Amino acid sequence: MKRGKDEILFDHNHDGVDRRGFLKCMAWAGTGVFCVMQGGVLKSYSFSRMAELDLSTMTGELSFAQISDSHMGFSKPANPDVAGTLKAAVDKINALRTPPEFLLHTGDISHLARAEEFDNVEQILRSAKAKDVFYVPGEHDVIGDDGKQYLERFGKNAKSGGWYSFDKKGVHFAGLVNVMNLKAGGLGSLGAEQLDWLEDDVKHLSASTPIVVFAHIPLWSVYPEWGWGTEDSAQALGYLKKFGSVTVLNGHIHQTMQKVEGNVSFHTAASTAFPQPQPGKADSPGPMKVPAEQLRGLLGITDVNFVQGKDALAIVDSSLG
Amino acid sequence: MNQKERYLAAAMLTMAIVTAVVSAARASEDSKTDGAKSEVKIDNFSFAPGEIQVAKGTTIQWVNRDDIPHTVVSDDKTTFKSKPLDTDDKFSYTFSKEGTYTYFCSIHPKMTAKVVVK
Repeated sequence: MKRGKDEILFDHNHDGVDRRGFLKCMAWAGTGVFCVMQGGVLKSYSFSRMAELDLSTMTGELSFAQISDSHMGFSKPANPDVAGTLKAAVDKINALRTPPEFLLHTGDISHLARAEEFDNVEQILRSAKAKDVFYVPGEHDVIGDDGKQYLERFGKNAKSGGWYSFDKKGVHFAGLVNVMNLKAGGLGSLGAEQLDWLEDDVKHLSASTPIVVFAHIPLWSVYPEWGWGTEDSAQALGYLKKFGSVTVLNGHIHQTMQKVEGNVSFHTAASTAFPQPQPGKADSPGPMKVPAEQLRGLLGITDVNFVQGKDALAIVDSSLG
Repeated sequence: MNQKERYLAAAMLTMAIVTAVVSAARASEDSKTDGAKSEVKIDNFSFAPGEIQVAKGTTIQWVNRDDIPHTVVSDDKTTFKSKPLDTDDKFSYTFSKEGTYTYFCSIHPKMTAKVVVK
């Protein structure tokens, strides 16, 4: 397998799981990962070592949860009940010790951008205690109509291209769109107009403002051979260099991964619908069929806590199993 | 006309007939290619065959055998553009002009392929 310079740290939870082999992968994904970022250094632990952690670091002034890739409308053997697993994700979020103030959905809400698929997701998410949901589109949400319906539904407070920003308790959030106007042979793309907007959007912020950027396709080079990266993400990250704490949250690859590069912590969330193979470990990135009893262990939610004054952002992935 | 000349005339006539038959066969072959059909299969995040050569007038049908939706879109995004194809959905396009047509899946742009029309 050819490896790029942004090689993924396969043993990032330091639990001796080298993730070589299918069963080991199951064990890793099923246990989940707990991450704490302090002073730009991400420490991660597997859930099996939770007893060693000070759980007070998991509570703070701002708490939100990320869900991703619900693919409503998908009904193939990899998961014939994506509505059921999305409901399980909402139950999991509602049961969190620190209730999240809002949800982020990092795209592929629907499978085929059909009205009833979007309706179904919105209906299920209404049962979440957190009432606000901030969306960014995945490529499945803009399929066929160049995002027209997505923008009508979810883009009301966004710029014409669907991107937007907001502030919560001193944290600045930017929701980016990198699934439109994709070129043959290319990767995810933000485009010049959005990049200009981002540069302007963060210009007035002080360097101590914690930044959270969320978008569907990873904004780091996970595995370009499968299109798991964004061609102009380096330019976007360039505008965020002055900030002490930048967290990038993505979906698309249906598995959790993280990487730290200087002040930037990158993280991808699991899907609530079906798992996808590890980079290069299959012929294609298609849905991974696993025994029914293992499925929920490979799906999940991500809970993020920000502790003001501590310069720390705690990211917790937990499986639905 | 002596015997030699008669043979020659017969031979020429035979040749003319053979030529006519061959031309007729060619003509019918030409009309057969007009309206010919070919298929490209979509599976495992790829188009197969990745490059296909067809005669002018051929209709290519793409069929999605993958468990994920895909699209068939010419690189210029205007020559041909399918709707999202779910599993077992099909899309057809008739190539009436010679040339090389590169295309891709607009959802998974790493999926690229080519049609050469001669």
